[in-house]
Parts: sequence; structure tokens; C-alpha cells
Amino acid sequence: MTETATPYIANKRIPRKSADELRAQIPGWGADLDPADRPSYPREQPGIETGARWDFPERQPEKWPRERSVEHAFLPPVFGTSTPPAGVSGAIRKYAYKYSEGRAAHWLLLIAADRVDATEHHLKSLATLHPDNPVTETGVLSEFSHHPIHSRYGQKRADVNHQWMDPIIVAGPWVMAAVGLAAAYKTLRKERTQPDD
Amino acid sequence: MRAMVYRGPYKVRVEEKDIPKIEHPNDAIVRVSKGAICGSDLHLYHGMMPDTRVGMTFGHEFVGTVHEVGSSVQNVAVGDRVMVPFNVYCGSCYFCSRGLYSNCHNVNPNATAVGGIYGYSHTCGGYDGGQAEFVRVPFADVGPSKIPDWMDEEDAVLLTDACPTGYFGAQLGDIAEGDTVVVFGAGPVGLFAAKSSWLMGAGRVIVVDHLQYRLEKARSFAHAETFNFVEYDDIVVHLKKETDYLGADVVIDAVGAEADGNFLQHVTSSKLKLQGGSPIALNWAIDSVRKGGTVSVVGAYGPIFSAVKFGDAMNKGLTLRMNQCPVKRQWPRLFEHVRNGYLKPSDIVTHRIPLEHIAEGYHMFSSKLDNIIKPLVVAGQS
Ligand SMILES: NC(=O)c1ccc[n+]([C@@H]2O[C@H](COP(=O)([O-])OP(=O)(O)OC[C@H]3O[C@@H](n4cnc5c(N)ncnc54)[C@H](O)[C@@H]3O)[C@@H](O)[C@H]2O)c1
Ligand SMILES: [Zn+2]
Ligand SMILES: [Zn+2]
Repeated sequence: MTETATPYIANKRIPRKSADELRAQIPGWGADLDPADRPSYPREQPGIETGARWDFPERQPEKWPRERSVEHAFLPPVFGTSTPPAGVSGAIRKYAYKYSEGRAAHWLLLIAADRVDATEHHLKSLATLHPDNPVTETGVLSEFSHHPIHSRYGQKRADVNHQWMDPIIVAGPWVMAAVGLAAAYKTLRKERTQPDD
Repeated sequence: MRAMVYRGPYKVRVEEKDIPKIEHPNDAIVRVSKGAICGSDLHLYHGMMPDTRVGMTFGHEFVGTVHEVGSSVQNVAVGDRVMVPFNVYCGSCYFCSRGLYSNCHNVNPNATAVGGIYGYSHTCGGYDGGQAEFVRVPFADVGPSKIPDWMDEEDAVLLTDACPTGYFGAQLGDIAEGDTVVVFGAGPVGLFAAKSSWLMGAGRVIVVDHLQYRLEKARSFAHAETFNFVEYDDIVVHLKKETDYLGADVVIDAVGAEADGNFLQHVTSSKLKLQGGSPIALNWAIDSVRKGGTVSVVGAYGPIFSAVKFGDAMNKGLTLRMNQCPVKRQWPRLFEHVRNGYLKPSDIVTHRIPLEHIAEGYHMFSSKLDNIIKPLVVAGQS
């Protein structure tokens, strides 16, 4: 290379396509060239029309003590009501909300609760008419009809080197559930066989 | 009603659930006609987002018909066909009044750092989502819009998240005429970010991914130059060479928490959950943008710390801009672009999956089978 590369001199060395060329080649090129045409410019637009006709929204009823971030001044007026905390995972979650969002403990406890939650539900499902089915729930059957080999190999994909871990993550809660069941069974059996001797 | 429910990492199923009820006078209940699975849903599916509860219904991209409205709703009526932004927001708090809809303070008790998102864990407010027959839509006077008569329903679904997010990502780049823009990620968001970069006047748009079929789409759909990072020993050095050693003026991270390309980073975040996200693409962005340049982050990261190369960003004097997309704010202008034919959002749809088969949809999208780019979820049995 004989010429001096761009960053060492004042201007870009390689002239790219002109605006006219680009406009001819690319539909809509430059339509939003003027920042004023960009909807999120400037970032804040005080007084923007939103459709709200209230200063502060009415409050939705709180049907159970809703867990909330300690960084909130009070329970916000509207919230989701999916899956209230329950069981051991629910207890961990409620405890996690004692820590602010700034604390690692808050998030790590919530992640731990998520793992416990999955195990609790797998265990519970075994006692129902609709037990968890790892085959249908993981959707692996879609492999057969959707080119499992061709999709993955000879494609220079970077994610094939860790896809083998996925089944382990899926099996984890099952293994834990099985260990839990076995332990419970052992304890029960002991209790039943011990008193009479 | 039938609804997708989460059963733990990598497991979902369709169950019978109660139809959601009006819980607030400004709620609406929407009967979903079409929805979608988003790259963001994969973070939940993989168990990465703290407080993702078993039994929750996912889905933040959906359109449908208003089935019931609360007593104070005026702007939509039963029977209206509506598209619903992925953000749940009040329209009146400190943030909403300034247009920061994705940062609403009135809708998410669980976290102050995040706004409300349909079907996106309790960390985003604990709302059940739209991968179901019905969904509760809070603040029906604020969020949803009637689908314009001229608009295709599949375009409308794409306009609830992926398309506006890509468009927003390009805006966060503050692109000036002639700028060189690099987009990491050729998923739905990256494809729209690349396409939108031209609208803002970019002189050159480069897309980086490792999935060949998606890079092909980036060439045909977004007129971009493309590089597969697996083909280069060091993609950052390659991008420097491509830009005459200057670096790109703007780099957009449209990959987020589950970036590939570094085994350790990926496994510690995606699999072991020791990081809030694998910042491989973000670190590449920081390293491949020019000094004084802008990095726009629309890829999503969890709330736990991630190993980001902050020193380089500081020393290079970078501007880092990022947010969840305030969707409805993008609509009027985006609708014009769609109408003018500058953008056809549904061009990236590759699969249409019946709700009953959604578990297979998740697996295919997660494992990137069958050249999947954007899977829609369609109502009904079949
Ligand atoms: N900010 C927002 O409002 C918002 C909205 C929607 C989605 N998102 C986020 O945007 C991201 C992308 O969403 P999507 O639907 O396009 O997901 P996607 O999973 O379909 O796309 C991600 C793409 O990144 C590629 N990739 C992985 N590692 C890479 C690397 N190191 N360099 C370059 N490419 C790499 C993948 O192969 C894939 O094609 C996700 O993190 C999602 O959560 C954010
Ligand atoms: Zn999304
Ligand atoms: Zn608000």
C-alpha cells in the first residue's frame, strides 16, 4: 500500500457512491436524512400526544400482596397478574424483592427461584393428568421435518459447538425432580417401617 | 382459551387457560389473530431473564380484534382490528409524557429500570402475552392503534416490534449522510436496522452474522454488504481493513445477550447464567466503530452485569445510545415508508406456525433450523 490510510489524514480517502447514485439504487434512500423527520429525534419530546386523559391512572385492585421493587415509591397503578408467587420458588422470589435492583443478590436469587420453580412444576405435573412431556414440550420433533443436518453442518455456523448443552439444561430439572422423589420415597418408607420394631 | 405457557428452560406447551378479564377501567381484551416469536422470546425460552415463571404466556408481538373494553376506554371499540405495540405504557408518567414509552414508570412494579412488556417475565411487569387466543391490553386508549385499511395484517404484526425496533436502532446511530454503518446481527431486528440505515442516508451498510442464509437475506432485502464472522480470524480487524483502517462511523448491535463467536462468553451467559448477557457483539461494536463514533444498542441484555469492554469505549470517545423501542412513536413515519414502498415488513417472514404447534416453532427458531428468520404464530387449530 502506497497511499496513507484514512485515519492518518484529514478526510476519508475512498469516495463512496454519490447521493444520486444511492437514491437511484435504494428505494427511499435519504428519506429521513433530516433528523427532524426521525420520530425519535430529539430523544425527549415534552408534551407529546399519547391518548392519555388522566394525570395519574386509576389504580387496578391488588388481589394479593404484589411483589415490587424497593426502588418504587409505591405500588404502580397497573401491573401484570400472571402467575402469583407460590411454593418454595415463591418464597425465594419474595425474599429477592427485599434487595434493590442495584444488588446482584436480587437478580441471582430470582434466577435461582426460576430453576426451583421449574423443578417444582415438573414434580407437580407428574401427579396430574397432564404431566410434562419433554419430547413435545421441547419441540424436538420439528427436527425430523426441518433439515436438522443441513441446517447445522457445512454452514460455518458458530453456535453448533454449544447446542449439545441444550438437552442437559432441559434434563437438569428432571434429574433434580427424580432425586427429590427418590429422597421423599426413602423417607416415607423409613417412617412406615420404623415405628413397629 | 388456548395459550402457550412456559414450562422451564427450552420447554413450552399449549394449555387451556381462562380468558383474561378486565382488571382496570382502561383495559381491553383482544382476540389475537396473528402473533410472532421474537429473538427476545428466546432469552426467556433459554431461562436467561430473571423472574420468568412457569405458567406464564409469552408473546409481545400480536394483532387482533377488540373483544371487550373497560368502562373508560374511548379510542377503540369492540370489533376494531388493532395492532398493539410490545410496550405496555400509561401515556402520562414522567417518561411517557416525553415520548419514552418503553420506559414507563406506571406499569411495572417488579423493576424500575424496565418498562412493561407483554409476556416478558415479571421483570418486565408480569403480564401474560399474546401467544394465546386472548390477551389483556392495559391502557387501551394509549397503546393500540386501529390497523389502517390499506395495511396487510402480516405487515401490522411486524410493525409491533421488529420493524420499528430496527428503525429505531438506526435512529440511535445518529447517521449522517454518507456514513458507513455496520450492523451486527442479521435477525429480524438487524435486517430492519440495515434497511433503515439507508433511509437515514448511510453511504455504506455492512451486516455481520454467522448464518449464511440470513446474510443472503441482508443482501437481497437490505441491499447490504455482508461478512460471515466465522470466515475471519478476527472480524474487528477485517472491518478495519474494509473501512481503510478508520472503523465504521456507526455500529448497531442487533444481537444482544446470546451472541456467539466466543465460546466462553456465550456459555457463561446463555447456558450458565453468570452474566446478564454475552457481550461479544457489543464488544466487537465498540472495537470496530471509529473514534468519536456512535454505537447503537438494540440487542437486549439481562439485568445482571456483563463483561463489556468499557475502557475502549471511554478512550475512543464513543457515544453509546440504546433503549427498548418506543414503538408507537415510530408508527406515523413508518406507516408512510411502508405506504411508499420503501419497506415491506412482512418480506422477512419465513414460517407461519399454528398456535398448537408453537413448541416446535420455538425449537426451530432457537436452533435456527430450516432457514428460519421470522416465525409468525397464527390462530386456530390446523
Ligand atoms: N430494543 C428493543 O426494543 C428490542 C426489540 C426487539 C428485539 N430486541 C433484541 O434484539 C436482538 C435481536 O432480535 P432478533 O429478533 O433479530 O433475534 P434473532 O435471534 O433472530 O437474531 C440475532 C442474530 O444475531 C446473530 N448473531 C449471534 N452472534 C452474533 C455475533 N457475535 N455477531 C453478529 N451476529 C451474531 C444470530 O446468528 C442471529 O441471526 C435480541 O437481543 C432481542 O432481544 C430488542
Ligand atoms: Zn420482540
Ligand atoms: Zn408511563
